[in-house]
Formats: sequence, C-alpha cells, structure tokens
Amino acid sequence: MAERKIRVLLAKPGLDGHDRGAKVVAHALRDAGMEVIYTGLHQTIQSIVNQAIQEDVDVIGLSIMSGAHIPISRKLMQLVKAEGLDDKLVVVGGVVPSQDVAAMKELGVGGIFPGGSTFDEITEFIKRSVEEKRSSWE
Amino acid sequence: MGVATYIKTEKDAITKVVLQSGIEIKPVYTPADLEQTGFSYEQDLGDPGEFPFTRSIHPLGYRSRNWTTRQYTGFGTPEQTNERFKLMISHGQTGLNVAFDLPTQMGYDSDDPMAEGEVGRVGMAVDSLQDFEIAFKDIPLDRIGTGLTINAVACVMLAMYQAVAEKFGFRKTEISATPQNDILKEMVGRGAWIYPVEPAVRLIGDTIEYAMKELPRCNPVSVCGYHIRESGCTPAQEISYAFEIAFAYIENVVARGYRAEEFVGGFSFNLNVYGNLWETVAKFRAARKLWAKLLRERYDVKDKKALFLRGIFGGGGSGLTKQQPENNIMRGAYYALAAALSGAQTTALCSMDEAYTIPTERAALLSLRTFQILMDEIGLRDTVDPLAGSYFIETLTKQMEEKILEEMDKVEKMGGMVKAVSSGSVQAEVARQAYEWEKKLQQGVVTKVGVNKYTEGVDMEVELHRHNEEWAQRQIERLHELRKNRDAKAVKEALRAVEKATREKTNVMPPLVEACKSYATIGEMANVFREVFGEYVEPGLF
Repeated sequence: MAERKIRVLLAKPGLDGHDRGAKVVAHALRDAGMEVIYTGLHQTIQSIVNQAIQEDVDVIGLSIMSGAHIPISRKLMQLVKAEGLDDKLVVVGGVVPSQDVAAMKELGVGGIFPGGSTFDEITEFIKRSVEEKRSSWE
Repeated sequence: MGVATYIKTEKDAITKVVLQSGIEIKPVYTPADLEQTGFSYEQDLGDPGEFPFTRSIHPLGYRSRNWTTRQYTGFGTPEQTNERFKLMISHGQTGLNVAFDLPTQMGYDSDDPMAEGEVGRVGMAVDSLQDFEIAFKDIPLDRIGTGLTINAVACVMLAMYQAVAEKFGFRKTEISATPQNDILKEMVGRGAWIYPVEPAVRLIGDTIEYAMKELPRCNPVSVCGYHIRESGCTPAQEISYAFEIAFAYIENVVARGYRAEEFVGGFSFNLNVYGNLWETVAKFRAARKLWAKLLRERYDVKDKKALFLRGIFGGGGSGLTKQQPENNIMRGAYYALAAALSGAQTTALCSMDEAYTIPTERAALLSLRTFQILMDEIGLRDTVDPLAGSYFIETLTKQMEEKILEEMDKVEKMGGMVKAVSSGSVQAEVARQAYEWEKKLQQGVVTKVGVNKYTEGVDMEVELHRHNEEWAQRQIERLHELRKNRDAKAVKEALRAVEKATREKTNVMPPLVEACKSYATIGEMANVFREVFGEYVEPGLF
C-alpha cells in the first residue's frame, strides 16, 4: 500500500510578517515529497488549529521571528491538547535563542529549528517523527 | 545571503565569478571595457552634484556634510525608548529611526487580544498621543529628523508626529519626519499590511499630498527595496522593485491633478547594503543615475533637487548570522564601508546581536562607532565618489543599470507594481530566489563564514536584550487610564470626521491630526479604515 504523503501545515502565528523562512521551508518540504499548506500571515492560534483539523495534517509547523515563541507555543499546545490533536507533530522554526529550547520542549514542541538549521535536518526529523507516530497507531 | 557564486579549480584558483544579479565579473578590466560599454564621463557620470548624479547628489560629498546616522531604535514603553533616544544622541547620533512594536504597526491597541505577547517586544508600544509626548520629550524636533518605521498606519503616525511637535511648541513647517509609508513592499516582503492594495495606496497618496502642502521638511514616503532584498530578491531586483513601487505612488498623486515635480522631491529610499562589495557600490551608483533619468523622461521633472535619489542605505540584516555572532561586527563594518563608498546620505546598521533579537545598548553603540570610525578615522570623507573612473566599477555600474531596467521591464509587462503585487507574482519570484539561494548556501556553492565554512561547531554566547512582560502591563494600564480620562465626546467626533474623509475620499490627514490631538487611540483610528476598506487577502503563493 502506498504510504500517504506527509501533510504539513506551515503557519505564521501572530503579527510578525517575516515569511522568508516559512516560504523557503515550504519549498524545501515540498521538494522532499511532502504536501505543504501555507496559512499566510497574521494567523490566530485558533485559526491555525482549525486549519490543521480541516486539512488533516500530520505536522503543524510554526515560523516565529518576533521573539514571542514561548507565549505563542504555550497557547498552541494548550489548544492542541484541548482539541485532542496530540497525534500531531508540532515544530517551530525562526528566531529561537538556544537558552529557550528547553522551555519549548517542555511545552510539548517536538522539534525546534532556529535560523541556520538545514533543510536535511528539518525534513529528516519530520519524516522520522511522523513515521514513529504512524507506526505507534498501527 | 549576498555573496557571489564562485567556480574554482582544485587548487582554489577562481575561474568564474557570478554576482547575485547575474553579472559575470572578469578577472581584469582595462580601458577597452569602458570603450565597449560606450562609457562617457558626461553622460554616465557628470560631476558630483550634477545630473545624472551617479557620483553624488552633493558637489562635495561628505566634505560638505557628514552622513546622518539613524540607528533603528525603540522597545518596551515610550519611557524606555525616550531614554535610548537620548543615549544615542548623546553619543553622536544625528537622527532618530523609531521602531514600533507589532501591535502598533498593525493598528491594534496594546490591550487588543491580537496584541497579546507582542506589546513593546520588537519596538516601542504606542497607543495614543500621550505615548509620543513621553517618547519625544526633550528631543529638539526642529533639529533632529525622525524616521517612523511604520507603513499600514503611517498616515496616523505622521499625523501624531505633527500633533506632538505642535504640542511641544514647534511649527509643522520646521519638523522633519520620514514615515516609512511603503505598503507595497510590506505586501512583498515585510508583512505588516492591513488594508487591501488600492485603498492602502490611496492612504499613501493622501500623506504625499498633505506633506507637499503642509509639511515641507517631511519626506512622506521611504520606498523600501530593503525588505524585498531581505526577503530574497537580487540587488538589481531590489532597485527595480523599489522604482516600480515609487512609480505606483507617483501615479496615485499625479491622478489627483498634481505634477510629479511638485512632490517627488519628498520621496526617499531605504536600500540594503549587504552582499558583494562591488555589486553594492555599482547598484547605488546606477540607481542614483537611473532615478534621475527616469523622472526626467517619464514625468518631465526639471527641478534638480527633485531628481535626487536620497535615502538611507544601511541595515544588512540578512547578511548577519546567528553562528559566530561576533563576526557580525566585522560584517557591519564592511557593509557600512559599502554605504560610504556609495555616497549614502543617511545610514544605519543592524547590530551584531540582531540575528537573535533587537539590539542591546552596547551592540547599538558599536554600530554607531562603526560609522564614526569610517568617517572620522579612516578617511571616507576625504573625497567624493572615490571609486569613480575605475575600469571595473564603471563597467559594472553600466551593467547594473541594464539589469535594473531588464527587471523593471518584467514588472511593467505585468501591468505595474499594483497588479504584480495583487496577483502575487512578485512575491512568488522573491520566494523562489530565496529558496534557490538557501539551497546554494546549504550545498556550499556560496560561502558564508561560520555557517558553511570555518565553522566552530559550538554556539558562542552573546548578551541579549531581554523582553519584560511587565512593560506591557504598564502600557495597558496607561491606556485604560487614558480612555477613562479623555474627552469621550471629542474623540467620537474626531473619529467621525476621519470616517467621513475616508468614505468621501477627501484627504484623511487633517482629520487624523485632530483625532490624534483628541487622544483617539491607534486602534480606534485604524479600525475606521478597517471598517471602510476591509482587509488585504494574500494571494497565498509560495
């Protein structure tokens, strides 16, 4: 049976409008064989979660450059849990100082990819994590 | 990230160099190259201060006037920003460049649910005139020029700047503000847009028309190739897109019955300095020349000063790296050198820690010192346009000019910038370039020190600016106090006048100045436009 393509929702939460990183990663994930849905800018957490449900994605990726990555991730993870979407992988990219990585992991963010991360690191991580999640469901 | 592509032999000899704009550099240039390009001193350069201003807009360059240094500054509350302004001025900075937080830039009050977590984070929080009164306290607004980095609601901020200046006893004719006020580039690159394309451009037209009549020392628009370059386009595209955007604004005001000559002298540009040194210098020289030529040809502008391409050449944010952050001090110095060799009138630098967050006081001062070392120690003020006449630089300047025209032609074939942005085709082109570049970087085809070559493996620790959530709380409390204590009736009437002007398509600036003086909030004023115009919907291409 052909494996379902990995579906990724790439989202820009909040007011920050710097989307070069999000768009570049969107291209890279698509080239790596994934289906990518890009939300566009200025999304609320609620609308990101709604789109994740509607699009039945495996991965929710947030791109955050404003420095508000901790409060935004906290809010997203709360809603993800409330909606019973614990099977989704959440990854965050953007400007994330290394001293904040532990706090982000504690919130339940699966992967953190600060500026300078390579496409290979991101795609490998997503493939591996989604595979693990899928096999745990079988 | 702004360096060229190099092909090398096994022994590290360079066999081919291709600049990001697509121009191949030769190993040697001679008089034959100038001859081949048809170079003529009179037509291509002219003396400094003379048409087409390739060499400089000033006859004596930096001898007669040092450049203005304008570090991008603002964070937390207006009190903190005021302190930082004064600090930078006391250390020799000669202009201000205000950073606003995202809620302010997006037209939300600090207590709006959309503002949560963002108040005072990437810039100063502003809710009303009260905040400007604090931020600009004791700043000589008749002597210090101020850049206001805001776009979607730039008209509100320009009105507020006039309001605060008048409140402090300055006349509107003596203040100098440069609101960024370039919404088309927000739609291509920086993302702080609110309203749909056409009404957003109309608001810019209103500010240009108003400044032409009422604010003679203000530059109502700072057209930003800068952010489009940050988003991934080539240096040639940066200039092409900036010019096409400028033409879109000119068209809006010309359609109101004015001649470009009457207002285009108020235009300024915000352009980027990172990348290959030679390409950067050639870019600015070609841009100055083309802008003057195109204004003359297309809009019959005759006044010499109205033909000047003036602007802030600086920043270089995308050139900086998170890896080995101290390297960014050196990068900044070379970018500033490029700006100085290009004849920048005004400059600013991204600081060493800006790949992480907004700069610390120390990092911002290092940037300022970088400019001062260049101008006061190294000799960049000695003579105007020092690279003029170089076989290489003059050939490259001609080639850049051609590249810029080529890219402009592509946009014009799409029907101009308003159409190209509405369809999303420019955004898609910029994103494609960004992806291609990132791939080259990751494959090692282009070199970035500390990123894909000479790496050290461990992150260096840097001292970073820390955001404090208490600042937001203080700002929200002040806003609540203000709403309680102001004259509610006056606010309501002032907002109604703004709405009337918005709907009837008369100039929104006079009622906005009154609304600011009544202490209407940013959110209230921005919402008037939201109700009338609706919001922009992205074409969604990537």
